[in-house]
Amino acid sequence: MSYSRRQFVKGGVTAFTFGFAAPQALCDIAFAQGGAARNLVVVYLSGGNDSLSTVIPYRDPDYITRRPTIAVPAANVLQIGSDSSRVELGLHPRLTGLKSIFDAGRLAIVQRTGYANQSRSHFTGFDIWGTANTGNTSGTGWLGRYLDLEPTPVDPLIAWNTQRETPRPLMSRTVGVPAITSPATYSFSSPNSGAEAGYERTAQTRISSHLPVNIPHLAFVNSTTQAALGTLDRVATVATYRPAITYPSNGFGQALTAVAGAMNKQIGTKVFWVQTGGFDTHATQGVNQGAYFNLMATLGDGLKAFYDDLSAQGLMSNTLVLVYSEFGRRISENGSSGTDHGSGANMMVLGGTVRGGIYGTAPILSLDPSNPTLENNAGDVKFQTDFRSVYAQILDNWMGSNSVAVLGGDYRAGAPSIL
Amino acid sequence: MLEHILRRMGFGASPADLAFWAGTSVDSVIDQLLNYESKSTDHDSKIGQAAYVGITTSGGNPFSANTSINDARQRWLFRMIHSQRPLEEKMALFWHNHFATAYSKIAGAVGQERATRMMDNDPSSLAGSAPGQIQLLRQHATGNFRDMLLAMARDPAMIYWLDSQLNTRTRPQENFGREIMELFSLGIGNYTEADVYAAARVFTGFNWQVVGDRANTQTSYYTFAYRPNDHDINAKEFTFPIYPDGGRTIPARAAAAGEQDAVDLVNALARHPATATRLATRLYKFFVNETSDPDPALISAMAQTYLANNFSIKATLRTLFQSSQFRNPANFFQRYSWPVEFAVRAIKETGWTGFSVNTALTPLTNMGQQLYEPPDVNGWATGPEWISTSSMLTRMNFASTLAANQRFNLARDAQPYRATPERVLEYMLARFPSMGFSSTATSAMTDYLRSTTWTGTDAQLQTRIPGLTRLIVGAGEYQFN
Repeated sequence: MSYSRRQFVKGGVTAFTFGFAAPQALCDIAFAQGGAARNLVVVYLSGGNDSLSTVIPYRDPDYITRRPTIAVPAANVLQIGSDSSRVELGLHPRLTGLKSIFDAGRLAIVQRTGYANQSRSHFTGFDIWGTANTGNTSGTGWLGRYLDLEPTPVDPLIAWNTQRETPRPLMSRTVGVPAITSPATYSFSSPNSGAEAGYERTAQTRISSHLPVNIPHLAFVNSTTQAALGTLDRVATVATYRPAITYPSNGFGQALTAVAGAMNKQIGTKVFWVQTGGFDTHATQGVNQGAYFNLMATLGDGLKAFYDDLSAQGLMSNTLVLVYSEFGRRISENGSSGTDHGSGANMMVLGGTVRGGIYGTAPILSLDPSNPTLENNAGDVKFQTDFRSVYAQILDNWMGSNSVAVLGGDYRAGAPSIL
Repeated sequence: MLEHILRRMGFGASPADLAFWAGTSVDSVIDQLLNYESKSTDHDSKIGQAAYVGITTSGGNPFSANTSINDARQRWLFRMIHSQRPLEEKMALFWHNHFATAYSKIAGAVGQERATRMMDNDPSSLAGSAPGQIQLLRQHATGNFRDMLLAMARDPAMIYWLDSQLNTRTRPQENFGREIMELFSLGIGNYTEADVYAAARVFTGFNWQVVGDRANTQTSYYTFAYRPNDHDINAKEFTFPIYPDGGRTIPARAAAAGEQDAVDLVNALARHPATATRLATRLYKFFVNETSDPDPALISAMAQTYLANNFSIKATLRTLFQSSQFRNPANFFQRYSWPVEFAVRAIKETGWTGFSVNTALTPLTNMGQQLYEPPDVNGWATGPEWISTSSMLTRMNFASTLAANQRFNLARDAQPYRATPERVLEYMLARFPSMGFSSTATSAMTDYLRSTTWTGTDAQLQTRIPGLTRLIVGAGEYQFN
């Protein structure tokens, strides 16, 4: 993966030089744009979410027989009605928060998303979803290309990555997206104090202003430092945010708190990247307790707190949350009371203006090899909706971008009307 | 050249290291660093002595690197700084990233003490105990790759990490079977999904067992166990050759002999040309250059060496270190320093008197590299992916912490050059080697030294030399290796 990032660094230097030339001016632009702009929060479930346990076809007889120890009983699921093929569906019992958002009509569930010949590799799969390219996963990410097409000069804080490493979807030719895991510790310390510390910051800023086009890797590092030093003061304001809602005290909750703080402080960020891990549940998924139950608690409680916090401030109508994972999991459990790597899965979108509901049709879990909703000898869920059509919906109808330009193709056909 | 060799084959050079190697020929330095078997292994006996970097124990406990992961992390950093076998630690780090296994999952199952042993136990610490995973990687660091692959398949930490203990005849589970091909050997594109299922069946029955009093987490430990009743005795067919005659099917065998399945598959994976090329490429990027395309001639030569020398890692490395590419100045500073490489080199070059490696642990986590805790089985995302605004702030702030800690030593060392900022800067840039600074950057540094009138007094040196140290060590130009 680093091999291709290298190529992106090579190609991006001129634009980096341009984009980060004048941090103060960029700050002014960001403030002028104000906080009313729409924003997108992407929540990535790392490890391959077993989405048949998230949105459950609980009446399908094969669901019970193929998952003897991990199937959620019909009596326990949170019923959300039926899809257009009349398959009755229920949310995982621990997703009470998401159920309330669904009931409010602000959660869209898109079933069986994916692509042809889906990769079962975490890493290739993540890069395919990230680049939106099933043939070549070495290029920039779809969100990165969205940023590339924004009018220049681009404010470095146009996007905010809550992880330490830049994920493939945010890799851009022109924007080094800041990684801000915690606004409170995003600072520049000094061995000295007072004026001396200020002299160091001035000097470090000047040193990092050297962006040689003939040494792109150095220009990349220095432009990253420039972005860090140029955004410190604005990020510091986010650290002062005190939400009225209590968020779960885990990493996911903390990341969502920072995102809400950035919106509250109107620092101008349009794209946020948040992730939560542990979804590679090869073993002991559990039903009413255990690994998957805990994953749903983290996901559901975090999103519910975020939704309530922003709704109370009137900010949810400017916010769209996209939830996805790199693949779904095998339909039959593996005997370790877990599931191995699979294929098609659900995407979820929630927000203040989302047209909630169930989109697409559920897989029929019958082992019949000719079952058209499955693949891999009826082992895995076959995709019905290309994941890029959901991206296209969001780019065209939420971000005000051009999905054909960003995605390198027209994926509008067959897109669910979630907006 | 000497500094380059010590940065790449080790973790950089302290002033004492440079004095030790001065006058030795390049070939001899490389030869001695590569053939380190005769070098002392007494580094751990130096832990706690005043002349060496410090460690910090927690909660009044004695230093327990075999049973406390925090202490294990300190011990490993100590070895990187002081080992007489720097390449052994460098390769252990390389293999840690290759066979990436995270402590936290294992600790959740067997507790902190036994999980720490499973990660990096020194067998001499407890009679009969097995070497931890990283210690196994040290033993095989420059040895035979096939043996290392098999050792990893049987390693208790790896077994739990990739769920092998759950992979049985009646319930095959493909986690390890997939990753041994995708990540540990062939690489993606060289096997099919059917091969993944077959490989999962090959390793059925591979398990772990606790030895000693299970209730005593200090003295019990885990070893490999083969459970024949869990092994799938049927034939396993692959899409690539398993045997030298081209045969692609591992024959049906009695359960008692079932471990041979894994030996056959591991032999095939080690022998596969894709493995040879993939290993050569990874080593090239780690030791030569990762900012431009690998030199296909050297990759090919390394792959051929590997295949012609019974999968010898040392022979492959010898081809690499003796190549003109390794010594070509155009390849100096063409690797992004891993956080651990950055921190250890900074400590070696800045000095360590009164500095504890414990101070580096949280910054290393925030730079994105906590030892024994890679993010997933694919290891760390290296190269430019180490670099983000957050990680750069952490690198700059670590430089600040280290410079503040070494304030008086740094100021004293600069005294002979105190006449002008230019002389001070010249000395400091030689002490902290980098790809070289532009005139923009050096002007910024001398202007910094003159932020107020330059006097060169002890008091001013004690402020500005640590300040200059942090500027250099935190600069982009220093983040390369």
